Amino acid sequence: MATYSTNEFKSGLKIMMDGDPYAIVENEFVKPGKGQAFNRVKVRNLKSGRVIERTFKSGDTVEGADVVDVELQYLYNDGEYWHFMDPQSYEQLTADAAAMGDSAKWLKEEALCQVTLWNGAPLSVAPPNFVIMTIIETDPGLRGDTSGGGGKPATLETGAVVRVPLFVQSGEVIKVDTRTGEYVSRVKE
Amino acid sequence: MPPVDTAWRPSACWDTLRLRAALLATIRAFFAARAVLEVETPLLSAAAISDPHLHSFATVYHGPGPRHGQTLYLHTSPEFPMKRLLAAGSGCIYQIARVFRDGEAGRRHNPEFTLLEWYRLGFDHHRLMDEVAELVTLLLAGRLPLAAAERLSYREIFQRHLGVDPHRSTVAELAACAERAGLSIPPGMPGDAVDPWLDLLLTHCIEPHLGQGRLTFVYDYPAAQAALARLRPDDPPLGERFELYLHGVELANGFHELGDAAEQRRRFMQENAARQAQGQVPMPLDEHLLAALAVGLPACAGVALGFDRLVMLASGATALDAVLAFPFDRA
Repeated sequence: MATYSTNEFKSGLKIMMDGDPYAIVENEFVKPGKGQAFNRVKVRNLKSGRVIERTFKSGDTVEGADVVDVELQYLYNDGEYWHFMDPQSYEQLTADAAAMGDSAKWLKEEALCQVTLWNGAPLSVAPPNFVIMTIIETDPGLRGDTSGGGGKPATLETGAVVRVPLFVQSGEVIKVDTRTGEYVSRVKE
Repeated sequence: MPPVDTAWRPSACWDTLRLRAALLATIRAFFAARAVLEVETPLLSAAAISDPHLHSFATVYHGPGPRHGQTLYLHTSPEFPMKRLLAAGSGCIYQIARVFRDGEAGRRHNPEFTLLEWYRLGFDHHRLMDEVAELVTLLLAGRLPLAAAERLSYREIFQRHLGVDPHRSTVAELAACAERAGLSIPPGMPGDAVDPWLDLLLTHCIEPHLGQGRLTFVYDYPAAQAALARLRPDDPPLGERFELYLHGVELANGFHELGDAAEQRRRFMQENAARQAQGQVPMPLDEHLLAALAVGLPACAGVALGFDRLVMLASGATALDAVLAFPFDRA
């Protein structure tokens, strides 16, 4: 893998530190009036999501992390692993629960996901920003209530639970923003 | 449709560009009233600074003339030729110079920037600090309220903020201090040189606190960081150098100037040796400067002030992009 000089640091650059892949979030060049310059960076651990601060001597080099984002199609879950396919090459990849994180509950078969690969293996999976799902269970709301205030929990076909307005009923299809986990609208089939 | 190019526009607003011009006019009036002569010296030179932490841009001259094919360096400050003028009898001088430093870019660094540099005959570094305070206070009047300026020695700032003596501490003690302060220790910090550790602590733990609401002068630096300043034979010997900070921003660096040609040559050679040890190319020494020092530099103090940073503070900005018409990425 390539190495990067601190002069190439910019936000988004993927580097290796202590055996883990990190993405640079912020890079600040600091230098006393005379003397050693430093790059003070905020980096996000791509496995844990934690952001930490690190300092490098300016001009030093750091090993790059082989991290790429690809779009993969979700196939199925075998009880332990989630299986994906590259729609171009038909290559199949499996992600474990750690890589799936909270994303599993938003995935329906054939969904296209943004998958971050580290050394060719899924490191994290982002569901589509919006998903269309059927409600399998929710309390019958008050008919005629269209205000949208309050709301009630609804369980979706994948098991995810979102708050929906009182007028939305079981069996209806809704659009959800996976980034916030919020109901967006009803969808007419 | 191709994306719309907005990078052709200046990144500074017109008010700030007008402020730049007004501050330059105030500086020229300040020195005219004190009979300090404005000078201009070459930006391109056959010699370059040997400080291993400064990187000069290089270019090649293609003739005509005897310098055909010669590598020339853009200056990182006008210090060397200004000292030649002083040795030649110029009297007190100042220059507003565009200078160039490779490898320095960030919120508070642009690879080319404007330095105000001046030299005062018969001044020591303390008397020059008085004048720097006077000029900066004048330039910021009505724009940034300032309490009375303070002066703290390099030792005092380390004792105050970290509880260590920078002149007596070992690498192990400074490393322990960095750990206590919660710093991430950069890989490859040397086990045998204290200065990078002092720089780490200074930039991360001390500088952000300096100059809060007032001008803070830091003076009397470790001998190894004296650069072009005189050493005062003390225990330990200290470099008669100062730095000015305002709101955590380093604004100026000054020296009670070293006039000893042999000592200056020794420091240049030491810096070139350090360059080679780090795999950097040694720089051609400025023999004209050394010849001028051998003839005799009048006793003087000099200072270089980062003009863009001053405009940044005067205009309430937090990054240099806001005060440059075209910062480096739009140049």
